[in-house]
Amino acid sequence: MQSNIQVIRIEPSKGWVSVQLQELWAYRELLYFLIWRDVMVRYKQTALGAAWAIIQPLFTMLVFSLFFGRLAKIPSDGIPYPIFTYAALVPWTFFSQGLSLASNSLVGSANLIKKVYFPRLCVPIAAVTSGLIDFAIAFTMLIAMMLYYGIFPGVKVMWLPVMLLLTLITSLGVSLWLSALNVHFRDVRHIIPFLTQLWLFATPIAYPSSLLSEPWRTFYSINPMVGVVEGFRWALLGAETAPGPMVMVSFLAAIAILVSGLFYFRRLEKTFADVV
Amino acid sequence: MGDIAIRVEEIGKRYRLGKAEKYKTLRDTLASAFTAPFLKVGRLLRGEAANDTTQDEQIWALREVSFEVRQGEVIGVIGGNGAGKSTLLKILSRITEPTTGFAEIHGRVGSLLEVGTGFHQELTGRENIYLNGAILGMTKKEIDRKFDEIVAFSEVEKFIDTPVKHYSSGMYLRLAFAVAAHLEPEILIVDEVLAVGDAGFQQKCLGKMGAVAKEGRTVLFVSHNMGAITQLCGRAVQLEKGRLTRSGSAGEVVAAYLSSVAGTELKSSWSDESSKPNSSEVQFKSARLLSVDEQPLSITNFNESVLVEIAYEVKIPIRNLSVTCLLYDSMSRLVFESMDTDMSEWNGRVREPDVYRATTKIPPSLLRPGRYQLTFAAFIEGVKVIARLDRVLAFDVSGVGYTLQPKRDGIVSPVLDWTVCRFSEHERMV
Ligand SMILES: Nc1ncnc2c1ncn2[C@@H]1O[C@H](COP(=O)(O)OP(=O)(O)O)[C@@H](O)[C@H]1O
Ligand SMILES: [Mg+2]
Repeated sequence: MQSNIQVIRIEPSKGWVSVQLQELWAYRELLYFLIWRDVMVRYKQTALGAAWAIIQPLFTMLVFSLFFGRLAKIPSDGIPYPIFTYAALVPWTFFSQGLSLASNSLVGSANLIKKVYFPRLCVPIAAVTSGLIDFAIAFTMLIAMMLYYGIFPGVKVMWLPVMLLLTLITSLGVSLWLSALNVHFRDVRHIIPFLTQLWLFATPIAYPSSLLSEPWRTFYSINPMVGVVEGFRWALLGAETAPGPMVMVSFLAAIAILVSGLFYFRRLEKTFADVV
Repeated sequence: MGDIAIRVEEIGKRYRLGKAEKYKTLRDTLASAFTAPFLKVGRLLRGEAANDTTQDEQIWALREVSFEVRQGEVIGVIGGNGAGKSTLLKILSRITEPTTGFAEIHGRVGSLLEVGTGFHQELTGRENIYLNGAILGMTKKEIDRKFDEIVAFSEVEKFIDTPVKHYSSGMYLRLAFAVAAHLEPEILIVDEVLAVGDAGFQQKCLGKMGAVAKEGRTVLFVSHNMGAITQLCGRAVQLEKGRLTRSGSAGEVVAAYLSSVAGTELKSSWSDESSKPNSSEVQFKSARLLSVDEQPLSITNFNESVLVEIAYEVKIPIRNLSVTCLLYDSMSRLVFESMDTDMSEWNGRVREPDVYRATTKIPPSLLRPGRYQLTFAAFIEGVKVIARLDRVLAFDVSGVGYTLQPKRDGIVSPVLDWTVCRFSEHERMV
């Protein structure tokens, strides 16, 4: 036997517990396999496979362009309306899909949770991150549209990873809250379609946030998806003014959601195996 | 040798009952989708327990359990159904937390509470080996290294790139066990997973377990197979209603256990007042299994039928009440569900308050030899479940009278009437 045997102490925990990121790191390979499984299964099950990732934002874009762009003549900061709304729909679809997949992920993995030990955080994290493939596919469509409209982003595109990070933080934060809540209140998944619907219209996807005048516009970015959407548009489509303060506010809000989500999740985690 | 591998000190585990309400109807769910979130959020904010407080019964699945396991020791855990064995293993595997006490684990733990955890139907055998291996705690490198060995052990080489949804249950099991058998932790925790599969495969698995034990690893092993316990384990502990009641050499503990439970280990009747689910509408009175000559039964032969009898009291007039009986096999697969209103004139009628007794017969030559458990539930069709008795009865089907060739798959093994005739003869007859 080895001399450096690790000793684990198992005892009841009380109240708030630490997030234990180092343990999550130790289980990164399992996390990778769970993401891989989600991706494999998604593409094996649907006949349309990859096309599905484009169809959803594309059709929403068509509908929005027709009703909001053509008929209601909603302004779009001087950018052609279809690409104005599609650039927002790409991160939005990632967010809303992540939400619906992740919120049911723990209940869906009940079998695993009751029979194996691993940091439960892996489950919603895998559900959210597996959506990145769909995101990438939808993004290629966005590039095609940019070529079509002759829009070239310039050096600002360097900020794109930052915006993507903001999207990830937001999705993950909200997903952690919802997935943990859903274990105890199975009704949560019924309010998710409703929640995403409301959130969609509370985010400047069909309209520009420039409809609001300043302090309000920045204040509005407490909804982190506002920063995401305006950030994507700015980095890719070249809206004139940098949405710096908005993105900052959104980042702060997103981090607050993520950190509180992590702690809330960890607090409920010990009950998952008994209740799920 | 000599060093402690597992130390369990005054461990207790309390479960809330009435929480796991699996039978939720759509109507209930929809109705509560509008009202419940607000009520619950209110409760949550006030810091009260999140679940419905109406059925807040609690049980201690484990109570003040203490023992030690030395490194390299193979220790068996025995006890009847609901004794708390699985709960103990779950705590030691860190799947659930104890309510009281603590445990110390010295070394890397691998636990096997079920074979095939995380297997995905859509993925191929190869993909599932990697997924399941990772879930059981193996690294990708480790799986790469053992891959060929795992495939060979599973005997499914030819189908390794076929999605497992096309596997027979036997192949599925062999593959799942093959992955598990190649776990190499310092401490191995195994629940009753060897009770499945055909006899030949079980023997192979026990052989593998024995090999693991000989390599000097610590093993904690739950089984109903007393032969396996005495054969593999040096020491054993016995749990009874959550308490550790015996501990000593495997031979002694098994002998004492067998003589204490002689004949009563498998429940064939239930009428325990304390565990009765309380409902103001329907109350279960008793449930029994009888042989054809009306004797209480806990073991039956393959070619004999089993009578199921359930008595329940209806307290207020109810329309559309049914009592359903669910039979599970040793792998917790649902074999069938049958309702007392399937045939009778009671279907759709109002039940006036009274005590009802429903009996039925499970036909002979249907259930494969093995262990079965029965669950009963009283419900109103499409509306709600009123009362539920989870796995209250259990019985064994012995191999006596089983004349089919042994190797076959499927949940049941009915003896069907086959007619085979030669085509040429058939032609001549027409
Ligand atoms: N998640 C749970 N919620 C409520 N009760 C549970 C839960 N898991 C197990 N129990 C109860 O705890 C007791 C011990 O169960 P278990 O450890 O599975 O027994 P065994 O494995 O010895 O058959 C049983 O009475 C069972 O009903
Ligand atoms: Mg058990």
